[in-house]
Amino acid sequence: MAERSNSEEVKLLGMWASPFSRRIEIALTLKGVSYEFLEQDITNKSSLLLQLNPVNKMIPVLVHNGKPISESLVILEYIDETWRDNPILPQDPYERTMARFWSKFVDEQIYVTAMKVVGKTGKERDAVVEATRDLLMFLEKELVGKDFLGGKSLGFVDIVATLVAFWLMRTEEIVGVKVVPVEKFPEIHRWVKNLLGNDVIKKCIPPEDEHLKYIRARMEKLNIKSA
Amino acid sequence: MAEEVILLDFWASMFGMRTRIALSEKRVKYDHREEDLWNKSSFLLEMNPVHKKIPVLIHNGKPVCESLIQIEYIDETWPDKNSLLPSDPYKRAHAKFWADFIDKKVNVTARRIWAAKGEEQEAAKEFIEILKTLESELGDKKYFGDETFGYVDIALIGFYSWFGVYEKFGNISIESECSKLIAWAKRCLERESVAKALPESEKVATFVSDCRKKLGLE
Repeated sequence: MAERSNSEEVKLLGMWASPFSRRIEIALTLKGVSYEFLEQDITNKSSLLLQLNPVNKMIPVLVHNGKPISESLVILEYIDETWRDNPILPQDPYERTMARFWSKFVDEQIYVTAMKVVGKTGKERDAVVEATRDLLMFLEKELVGKDFLGGKSLGFVDIVATLVAFWLMRTEEIVGVKVVPVEKFPEIHRWVKNLLGNDVIKKCIPPEDEHLKYIRARMEKLNIKSA
Repeated sequence: MAEEVILLDFWASMFGMRTRIALSEKRVKYDHREEDLWNKSSFLLEMNPVHKKIPVLIHNGKPVCESLIQIEYIDETWPDKNSLLPSDPYKRAHAKFWADFIDKKVNVTARRIWAAKGEEQEAAKEFIEILKTLESELGDKKYFGDETFGYVDIALIGFYSWFGVYEKFGNISIESECSKLIAWAKRCLERESVAKALPESEKVATFVSDCRKKLGLE
């Protein structure tokens, strides 16, 4: 069966500032897959989005030859299984399992906890920051002796964890607290530098200035004070 | 090297049930070890330092945590018998989507019915809606995997042993609201792997009663 035919159609319903959308773009770009990007207004969801993801009504949605796939981690695995160049999941079954484990950890633990920092103040905020740091310590330990979470080269967990590198860490300035200080997390800071050395990552992450502007504007809209 | 498979588990856990079913479907022999969730063993904490939860599958000394991840690992490691996930990438993605839905929606909402004071009615209403969505996905298929019992069925079936609890505290009748889903559950229970893995509803009810007392809800 041909892996790539001329009539192959790949569309991505996404949002430029979303880490979940950007990770799909990273994966597609790493694999050299051409796709049409359809920017979505998440405050005013299109009928196309609601039709393609009626259950969760969220981006990203990958549409491959007319068939929709939702949930970013599910999409990433689908991409890896469908376009076999430059695999992003490890070959070894146990390592693959660990990659799934850490990815879930980033999304369901780190992300969920870190989000709670925004909008909190004083002791309440301190507690959430501490909790986030405790979770980040697991990533910190995973990076010891490695260039990337995937080992020697960029892999599945790195792509998922760009959420930490370019969303959590970028918003520190705006939120007014250094959640990931370099003294406590030297490995994570080293890893971010490694990520920025990768052309695909550089190309696919949101431009910093625009990104920070967007976050500030969102916080204002939600009546959250920014630093 | 002789294969060593250990499962750190808790009898009432719908997540532990998933792994038990998967191992059973694959005819994998394993050492089943019951954990006391109020007094977790140092072995459990060593094998799952991140979440400190069961189930933990330990294969030749290497731990695998998170039940859905365990099902996939079991399917990939023992591929000969009873495929649990489809081989087609799109069908696999579809199955993973629904298992993820179950994890994110069913469990969180169901817990609120019996473990959160004052939220029972609202949570029960939401819970029925979620089950109806799943029922709609099931359609007229024998299993969520169509003709073959698999990943999504395994992800959901354990909750069936807790339906009595949700009905009691949520004051709902799942049978009358979601009869197709109940029929599906009964079909699943005809499988030996499921019948062995699911505890009796009465036992679960007693356990929940004890939990509620410990949480100060009764």
